[in-house]
Amino acid sequence: MAEKDDIIISLDHISKSFGDKKVLDDISLSIKRGEFVTFLGPSGCGKTTTLRLIAGFGKPDEGTVTMEGKVINDIPPYQRKLNTVFQRYALFPHLDVYDNVAFGLKLQKVPEAEIEKRVKKVLKLVSMSDYEDRDVESLSGGQQQRVAIARALINQPRVLLLDEPLAALDLKMRKDMQIELKEMHKKLGITFIYVTHDQEEALTLSDTIVVMNEGKIQQIGTPTDIYNEPVNAFVADFIGESNILKGRMIRDRRVAFIKHEFDCVDEGFGEDVKVDVVVRPEDIYFTNDPAKCQFKAKVNSCTFKGVHYEMWVDTDTGYELMIQDYDPYEVGSEVMLYIDPDDIQVMKKERLANTYAAKVVGEGKAEFLGTEFNCDTTGFAEGDEAVATIRFENVELLDYEKEADLTGNVVFILYMGNHYHLTIKTDNGENIWVDTNDIWDKGDFVGIKILPENIELTKPATGNEQKV
Amino acid sequence: MKGKKIIAKAYLWLVLLVLYAPIAFIVIFSFTEAKSLGNWTGISTQLYQNLFNGSMQNASGLMSAVKNTLLIALAASTMATLLGTVAAIGIYHLHGRKRGVMTFLNNIPMINPDIITGVSLFLLFVFLGISQGYLTVILAHITFCTPYVVLNVMPKLRQMNPNIYEAALDLGATPSQALRKVLVPALRPGMISGFILAFTMSLDDFAVTFFTRGTIGLDTLSTYIYADARKGGLTPELKPLMSIIFLIILVVLLAINIRQSKQQQTKS
Repeated sequence: MAEKDDIIISLDHISKSFGDKKVLDDISLSIKRGEFVTFLGPSGCGKTTTLRLIAGFGKPDEGTVTMEGKVINDIPPYQRKLNTVFQRYALFPHLDVYDNVAFGLKLQKVPEAEIEKRVKKVLKLVSMSDYEDRDVESLSGGQQQRVAIARALINQPRVLLLDEPLAALDLKMRKDMQIELKEMHKKLGITFIYVTHDQEEALTLSDTIVVMNEGKIQQIGTPTDIYNEPVNAFVADFIGESNILKGRMIRDRRVAFIKHEFDCVDEGFGEDVKVDVVVRPEDIYFTNDPAKCQFKAKVNSCTFKGVHYEMWVDTDTGYELMIQDYDPYEVGSEVMLYIDPDDIQVMKKERLANTYAAKVVGEGKAEFLGTEFNCDTTGFAEGDEAVATIRFENVELLDYEKEADLTGNVVFILYMGNHYHLTIKTDNGENIWVDTNDIWDKGDFVGIKILPENIELTKPATGNEQKV
Repeated sequence: MKGKKIIAKAYLWLVLLVLYAPIAFIVIFSFTEAKSLGNWTGISTQLYQNLFNGSMQNASGLMSAVKNTLLIALAASTMATLLGTVAAIGIYHLHGRKRGVMTFLNNIPMINPDIITGVSLFLLFVFLGISQGYLTVILAHITFCTPYVVLNVMPKLRQMNPNIYEAALDLGATPSQALRKVLVPALRPGMISGFILAFTMSLDDFAVTFFTRGTIGLDTLSTYIYADARKGGLTPELKPLMSIIFLIILVVLLAINIRQSKQQQTKS
């Protein structure tokens, strides 16, 4: 009983689609009583949808939402023991501050004297004691936010849901409110589930961060885990600044990247295995000791950022790295650099190439990605199932539609030290990953061309081949 | 430069004169006793006295027409306000093309000539075998009033924070409580202006009423005046009646405008 009681909300294999678009894809997680959990991700990643399913605004297509041991999929929001602080506050414009806060208690027919006592108490908690009679529309954004929090807290929920509550506030106000929220959480001891796209806010506030992208959970962990040990390139790129590089695990505790070899602390990847490597800019150190130096570089730019200097250096092997240091180094100067084994984060590569389930539709023709491509079909008959593999660097991007095999939009850009790794979402919703030296912007419309000689068809491994 | 200004002003006054001259004409001639329109026989309040002490000819017919008009307008605009508000909420929650199609369908009855609405409703009631009278007139008025309410409530829905309904549910309100305690208060200004518009549209209507009132001798003000004018000249006491109606509407409009500008002042 005691152990089970520890989990207040759990999501089990939740999926949800709006029309054709799958916004949540098999989400599972458990939230402990009293925890401050943050759903973090870019817009459209599914974080708000997840929160809405917990609040009861919408039902999952698949999976269950459980609160305190009971499946609550079919319980309407007004019967759930949780309350929400909405984006842009959603205060009732026709009621004053007092009546907004008292709304929940009046519905429960709590005696007037007690309502007054509790409203006063909760308004004091959010430092809005003198505003009872004020019209909510005459309040500033920060004050409205406080009223919204008071209104949600007065029902004494077991869980408080907060949907980007600080997004509309200016920076200074946001910082102050972050501290207050954190203190409120400590004082009240209830569970906070918080949604934000601001990674710094997530790191400041949370006990646990759930990083989401494209409807999937990327990583769940404490702020330090997420920052120091991102599990994939998306998380590494989304949280803080980072150098993300292609690497090769030589053996346990030894990794090669930027054409140099380094000691590291990671094990279990196997020998001679392709990996991604993350090095935070503050973890690359300057040295004057040739014995310590692992590689040399030339300082390319140096910008003062308040606490530290941000420098871009070109390594002797042709890679660009970002370094943060308290001391500036002159642009153009040769520097000696090293990285501690502890500070190298090795990640399994999510994919080594683009692979798609394909169908041979004729001599020299195969269909995949909803398009027909010319390619070598030797060894295949018409109608055969196949797997098409295209290396990242063999996908050509064009800025015009003519001559393109298909079109799409750039949805994610990763700089890998000497080239860009792009995620392109095609018009029919599939992803193509591309390595390129050209500079594209997020959201760019691109034509995609794949030459016949760059498409490799192989027999499906077994009956249940999957696209990766 | 100055000449231009004078011309612009003169034009404005000319337009206002053309717009208000007929009304002014009726109001002025309501204060004289002359039986035929356009004759001035000196200032008198005799017509007003006749109107109120019932000494005019067919006074009871006129009074019942006024009563019918007000009752029908009240019933029809109340129902139209309820229906139109619910419809507006429904249309607001549609997405993409569906919303466009529904808004378009809502607009057609407003553009449709009254005479067509009237005749088609007449045929419908005959087809359904509903005996014509109060009920059919009220149903007909609800039909053409509802789109105006939808049109007035929609902008309020767009201005409203879309989350307030959910916020009410979240705080423990059932859907019907959330509707009454949060949604309706937020939409109230739109509902009131929709109601007033529906009321005046109903008050004003002739064509639709004429075709749906049946043969039981039901008269509203508009059908009464039409019949009266055909019988051999307008009853002179109608002039003061129209003046009074105009005055009431003017006062109501002024009150609404003053209230709105006051509200805007307190908010900004």
